Amino acid sequence: MSELIKKVTQLLNDKTVDVFIGYGKGSADRIRAIFVRSADQTEKLVLNSACTQNLAGYILKHEVKHLGKIGVLANVAALRSMLQLASEFQVKDGEVLVLFANPDGTLTEFIDFNSIEVFLTTTDTGITSDEQERIAQLEALTVSERWNFWNKEFEKCIKCYACRAACPMCYCHRCTTDVNQPQWIPVASHERGNLDYHLMRAMHLAGRCVNCGECASACPMDIPLNLLTYQLISPIKTDFGATAGMKADAVYALSTYKPDDKENFII
Amino acid sequence: MQEFEPKIVAFVCNWCTYAGADLTGTSRIKYDANVKIIRFPCTGRIDFMILMKAFENGADGIIVSGCHPNDCHYSTGNFHARRRWIVFRNLLNFAGIETERIQFSWVSAAEGFKWADVVNNTVKKIREFGPNENYKKIAVSTLFNEEGTSNE
Amino acid sequence: MEKELKILKYSDLSKLIERFHAKGFPVLAPVRKGKVVEIELVESLGDIALDVLLSTQSAKKTAFPKVEKVLKYTLAKSGVTQHPVDPDTARETILFGVRPCDASGFKSLDAIFGEAPGDQFYLKKKEKTAIISFSCPEADEYCFCTSVGGGPGNTAGSDLQFTGIGKDEILVEILTEKGKQIAAIFADLLSDSPAGVDKTKFLADVKVVFDSDKVVENTSASFNNAALWLEQSLRCIGCGACAFVCPTCACFDFQDEQNTKQGVRLRLWDSCGFSLFTLHTSGHNPREVQSQRWRQRIMHKFSYMPQQLHVVGCEGCGRCSRACPVDMNIKEHLTAIAQVG
Repeated sequence: MSELIKKVTQLLNDKTVDVFIGYGKGSADRIRAIFVRSADQTEKLVLNSACTQNLAGYILKHEVKHLGKIGVLANVAALRSMLQLASEFQVKDGEVLVLFANPDGTLTEFIDFNSIEVFLTTTDTGITSDEQERIAQLEALTVSERWNFWNKEFEKCIKCYACRAACPMCYCHRCTTDVNQPQWIPVASHERGNLDYHLMRAMHLAGRCVNCGECASACPMDIPLNLLTYQLISPIKTDFGATAGMKADAVYALSTYKPDDKENFII
Repeated sequence: MQEFEPKIVAFVCNWCTYAGADLTGTSRIKYDANVKIIRFPCTGRIDFMILMKAFENGADGIIVSGCHPNDCHYSTGNFHARRRWIVFRNLLNFAGIETERIQFSWVSAAEGFKWADVVNNTVKKIREFGPNENYKKIAVSTLFNEEGTSNE
Repeated sequence: MEKELKILKYSDLSKLIERFHAKGFPVLAPVRKGKVVEIELVESLGDIALDVLLSTQSAKKTAFPKVEKVLKYTLAKSGVTQHPVDPDTARETILFGVRPCDASGFKSLDAIFGEAPGDQFYLKKKEKTAIISFSCPEADEYCFCTSVGGGPGNTAGSDLQFTGIGKDEILVEILTEKGKQIAAIFADLLSDSPAGVDKTKFLADVKVVFDSDKVVENTSASFNNAALWLEQSLRCIGCGACAFVCPTCACFDFQDEQNTKQGVRLRLWDSCGFSLFTLHTSGHNPREVQSQRWRQRIMHKFSYMPQQLHVVGCEGCGRCSRACPVDMNIKEHLTAIAQVG
């Protein structure tokens, strides 16, 4: 951990970065994102198993970008987010300094997207077995039971949009849900409004979601939103051979096609 | 006893299916009148959100139909649509919405008989499924008719 | 009125719920739903989570729901016909097992919605709500009610307050006329309180961490302190979680939803944290960046409301901080503001 503090102190002193986004002690036993801007603040950086937030969400935030050159402590999810953002032309190669904490305590500095791509082939990037289990349990229910499950979950939804705000892929300046000419997605947090919003978001994330789980951890009402987007990852891989966040020059699965894409439901 | 007459909305592409449906008419082929046809320039233009809106506004079933692969008037629109439908069907099924209520098809401008078949088969299937009760419960009309001011 | 003190047996609590139902009063109380605690209609005492610190969301939804129909209309060739919605359709309801911060939170909402001519949708529901709060034997590090004029045994806004005083006994404080009417329903279960029962012995120790007058003064003087607001809000992602779980936040939006024949006008919760909140039709947005929106949140509660409505718009319940996805901690932020200059 002091490896990290040493490194970040050096980066700030050399003015290689103007702000470093890492983890710091939060309220109670929480960890929060911190924005270190000078060498005397680096001692606030912490690194432990509770440091799971996907910090890539901040690299597009206007007021963070305005601080200058950004350095970020990325976990696997954040690395994938960055590649996905790069494939969508939101971040350029070398624009953000990326540090990764290896399990043995050493740090890796990724000098370009290519090195991140290579690294990701050597590490586990899929959804956890618990998450797979939950999806399998839901898939084993009848359609009607699933409708009841999701509607019961969505009853809790207050349309705070924490899921959208926390997701690194939801960076659209004008989200579909905020468009009112026409109002595609009802603003209200009633059953129809919640169902439409969550289905729309899952569709807009299909082929882009890097299974970081921020949506579900951000939700103040504890709705397992990540399952909706995660469930699409497997068919998109099987049917289109596409996985998000693995290559900086990947093409979005839904803006391309193969003439012989297979399906069994079109007559 | 009044039999349930399904309300079907069909989203079709102008160049193939719409023309095909026209041919069904000019050939004087009879088919169920339950369908309202909405014309799009291409299936590639059909957003999944409009399918959701159709259910919310009272559709019991939906037909989405366009040109056969490789025959798209805009060359590739239907290829994009096909990918979108594959993903959307997966999502709907997982969210608990009966995917069989949406019938996807390729109907060309020459397939007047096929269009009649697609409609008749869909109407028959939806008649068996019954009305889209889940969506009726959350429609605007339910909000309008509900007593009280909030749905707490 | 002079408050009355009585004793109730803890083991008689379930009878209260039964009696309320027998009188036709729905009972709303905290209910556990997985990791969150919601305030919902309950059937019996067993449904109620009395041992939780506090509910995830506030109790404001009882008078200010997240979705509320305020108007209906029908559409015809001849034009639009409005059908007013009666704001007075709520039944007498008992809000049970909430905390002092929930009860006192209503005073901000009363001030906002009560301003002439008065928002009938809120006022009528609030009128029909009786509040039985339970004082707090425990607090956590997010609570700071004592710094904003509240406390674990604060009775402001409650009709009745219950405090567990050990040995299966609850001290019942009957605080209002409405409280008296409610207490009459279970008068036979109440016994006289012995003299000198000191409920403060049974309350959590919530240390004062800042002087709220100083916070109001410093906040009001800090509009141009851009560095302060930026520093505090860098990690804020601009969602509405804080505003929606807050007992005193009252901003709302209107949305019309319709089909070809009929429509409804709905009032919905809104949050000043959203980037669209102040977006003008011209495209100009006076609060373009998050630090400006964070500034607004704090100033609204600690400068504008005190100035205009003579009430501080915060109860120190800490819900916003617990719900915040990125750990914005308002107690920390206010303590820092108290120390400015």
